Amino acid sequence: MRLPVIPVRQSSSSGMLLWAYVFCYLVFLYLPICLIPLFSFNDSIQAAFPLKGFTFAWYRTLLHNEGVRNALFTSLKVGLTSAALATVCGITIAYADVFVRNRFSRLLSFLVKLPILIPGVIIGIAMLIVANLVGIGPSAGAIICGHILLAMPATVMVMHARFAGISRSIPEAAEDLGAREWTLMRRILLPMAAPAMGSAFMLAFLTSFDEFIIAFFLTGSQPTLPVYIWGQLRFPRSLPIVMALGSVILAVSVVVAALSELIRRRGQNA
Amino acid sequence: MIFTKPDKTSGAGSVLFRCGIFLPGTVLGLGLVVFSLSLVTFFAFRHNDGSLLGRGWTGSNFLTILTDPLYVRIALRSVILAGLATLATVIAAYPVAYCIAVHGGRYRKLVLFLVTLPFWTSYLLRVFAWKIVLAYNGVLNSFLVGTGLLHEPSLAFLNTPAAVVVTLAHAYAPFAILPIYTALESMPGSLLEAAADLGARPLTAFRRIVLPYSFPGVLTAIMVVFIPTVGDYVTPALVGGPQSVMIGSLIEMQFGRANDWPFGAALSVAVMLVIAGLIALLRKTEAGKESRL
Repeated sequence: MRLPVIPVRQSSSSGMLLWAYVFCYLVFLYLPICLIPLFSFNDSIQAAFPLKGFTFAWYRTLLHNEGVRNALFTSLKVGLTSAALATVCGITIAYADVFVRNRFSRLLSFLVKLPILIPGVIIGIAMLIVANLVGIGPSAGAIICGHILLAMPATVMVMHARFAGISRSIPEAAEDLGAREWTLMRRILLPMAAPAMGSAFMLAFLTSFDEFIIAFFLTGSQPTLPVYIWGQLRFPRSLPIVMALGSVILAVSVVVAALSELIRRRGQNA
Repeated sequence: MIFTKPDKTSGAGSVLFRCGIFLPGTVLGLGLVVFSLSLVTFFAFRHNDGSLLGRGWTGSNFLTILTDPLYVRIALRSVILAGLATLATVIAAYPVAYCIAVHGGRYRKLVLFLVTLPFWTSYLLRVFAWKIVLAYNGVLNSFLVGTGLLHEPSLAFLNTPAAVVVTLAHAYAPFAILPIYTALESMPGSLLEAAADLGARPLTAFRRIVLPYSFPGVLTAIMVVFIPTVGDYVTPALVGGPQSVMIGSLIEMQFGRANDWPFGAALSVAVMLVIAGLIALLRKTEAGKESRL
């Protein structure tokens, strides 16, 4: 991770001091994370300095590991499904909240934001109880439900911001010209909100792809990647493989998050 | 308001559209959120007999939490550790939020993005990174021994409550920066200029203007950091050791080895009550502050 060149906007020493502090803070934020990719190339089982030498061996082991491949497949399945569903929910809930605006729409948008105020462990056990009661038990389907809940607040907020930013005169003009609500949504609002939809989808996918605690409670026979990693942490010998896998996951997260941000910013000016 | 009367545009299609719009939210909001939380509350008042729904009604689960010294100690420890982590996070984040809001200029968006980016990476991996840093044969020890500051690796870093606080403060940094930044962003720069013109020293201006202005943001920051940290499971489990078992680990245990779901549900309800109490307290503080201004 490259850190930014710290800009000096003003001559006062307090401003300089503040920027120096921000720089140190960013180092504190990124340094521990950067150790994972660093040691994933280190030719040693231990994560300690001095470095022993450069190797791709851990990544090669990763490629041929069946457990990793299965976990990756589960993670992708769960992530893409929950992201798609969370995006649809985000669109409809935000639409109702911005354009319908009745008591029920406000209640719904309050309820789906509630998971922000609940620690992950509790969401996990609540979903576990529901899954057992409904009869599906711990399974990929149950994880998907939990991840939708977790991703909802972000997708609703992204879509809400986009819908609220659309000038009122556009849907009014469409309605004057005789467009029904469905036509209006399909032909005008959704195309205008497409970048926000993409951004919401990516954020929801990341939420699911990186999520551990809910998946931990709801994993049946197929672990997701974070749950797989958790299982490997007990074995000191698999430390380097965990770091190689961790580096790949970090890279995916950084790329998807950056893309999502770019798309969202572009979309806001449209 | 344009869409308030669906019967004006009329037709079955319009009603169908309305149903479609409200369906996902209803399934999620009422079906999943309300239903699952009600179930947890229901379980909290049941006897554990190993069956799916438990047996009979009882308040003994809550009585145990309130009276058993073991659980009281773990609950207190959770609140104290989460409180310390929140304090550390908010204090460390404040200057960053201030700097971005006041001196950010054209780098504002870039720095904000850099600060929030780690939030979108795996929480488990960020905690794991601290385990590598603090371990006996880890980064910090190998660095300290290598530079001669220590003669032999120290055990004093990993598996301590301090490790939990540092790791949590690192993991939840963006949560604290964003609300404070949002509060300060709306502060007009002219306020500070006026204060300076009227002879206020920078420190006075900060105490009398900036701090009160950022107050709602600080309260939000406290809330959004404290909530996930008080129930955290991963951090105490990976870097905390036996001295920092928190309530999240206790809940996990009831649904795992201990297999006492009603008690686990009661613990969860207790955590949610503490959180609700905190939110009410912060709301009241904010309202009180505003009425005095």
